[in-house]
Amino acid sequence: MFEPKEFIDEVWSAIIKLYGEYGASLTWLGMIRYDMENRLAIIRVTNAASDMVRTAIATMTKISDKPASIHVIAVSGTIKALGERIRQYSDQPARAPFSGLKHSA
Amino acid sequence: MRRLYCDLHLRPNIRDFRQTTSMIRRAARLGYRLIAITLPRSPAEEESRRIRCACDEAGIDFATRVDLRPNTPNELIHDLRKLRREFEIVCVLCGSKDVSRQAAKDRRVDLINFPSVSFRERFFDLAEAELASNSLASFEIDMEPLLTSETPARIRLLSSLRRETSIADGFNVPIVVSSGASDERFIRKPTETAITTSLFGLERQRALDTVSENPARIARRNREKLSPSFVAPGIRVVRRGKNC
Repeated sequence: MFEPKEFIDEVWSAIIKLYGEYGASLTWLGMIRYDMENRLAIIRVTNAASDMVRTAIATMTKISDKPASIHVIAVSGTIKALGERIRQYSDQPARAPFSGLKHSA
Repeated sequence: MRRLYCDLHLRPNIRDFRQTTSMIRRAARLGYRLIAITLPRSPAEEESRRIRCACDEAGIDFATRVDLRPNTPNELIHDLRKLRREFEIVCVLCGSKDVSRQAAKDRRVDLINFPSVSFRERFFDLAEAELASNSLASFEIDMEPLLTSETPARIRLLSSLRRETSIADGFNVPIVVSSGASDERFIRKPTETAITTSLFGLERQRALDTVSENPARIARRNREKLSPSFVAPGIRVVRRGKNC
């Protein structure tokens, strides 16, 4: 379990490492909500910087020196829509075997 | 049409079946529909069967892959002769210029990969790209070194990748971006992997192709070639028997 401050500090650190302080200043990054129990966080960034922040988050491999990986579930302009998409993601049923490319016998 | 996301380079320890299954499930959950797992040159039948079952349970397609690391071009030719028909994906990890040239020329090679982060040991230049453009080889980029290397090495790696992707684009050499993950925490969602390629200059649609269309095309092509009904490109056996 990570504290909210540990998490957001690590995100800042990842952005600064990749894009420098100037890049980080363009993001207007802020924490909106943090659910420690379900390990979910909602963060706010500017629209123009969303790809930058997503890239930085993708490069994170630890939080406070403990191994971790962060995945972006959804990106939305409103918190309400985001909450709905998070709920849909959590309720996702196990996938049936797909019938796309089939392996050779 | 919905994209079929593929990760052609997962490297779990296949003797640790729990870790392998965990990585397979993680890849399935993150949205991949096809994965290729690196197997040893002579994989045990039982290991392959178990991996295939685990993939079927997770609802994800599985392709067999072998990574060749030859020291000389002749060794590469020998390995390809022996192993090409045994695996669906063949990747050459190039450690020298001679090997990388031979790999780019040979139509039996699917992927060319330069595992070193040092620019002195990466040989994807204009000559290499020209050779690759006349064969079937694609240029593979693994994400794990980008995630695990520290600042000075990562900066040099990004510079190298930017130059190499620009060269590959110039010669229309397909680029495939894979996780190269040896642990499940290095697997990223396909869209996140695609976005990360902006670090070395790929624009969005091309980036999405590197994790979907390009790897899927390789798997499709090789499965067709390895199928019993394949004779030659464009020719296949439709029916066998006395009165066909």
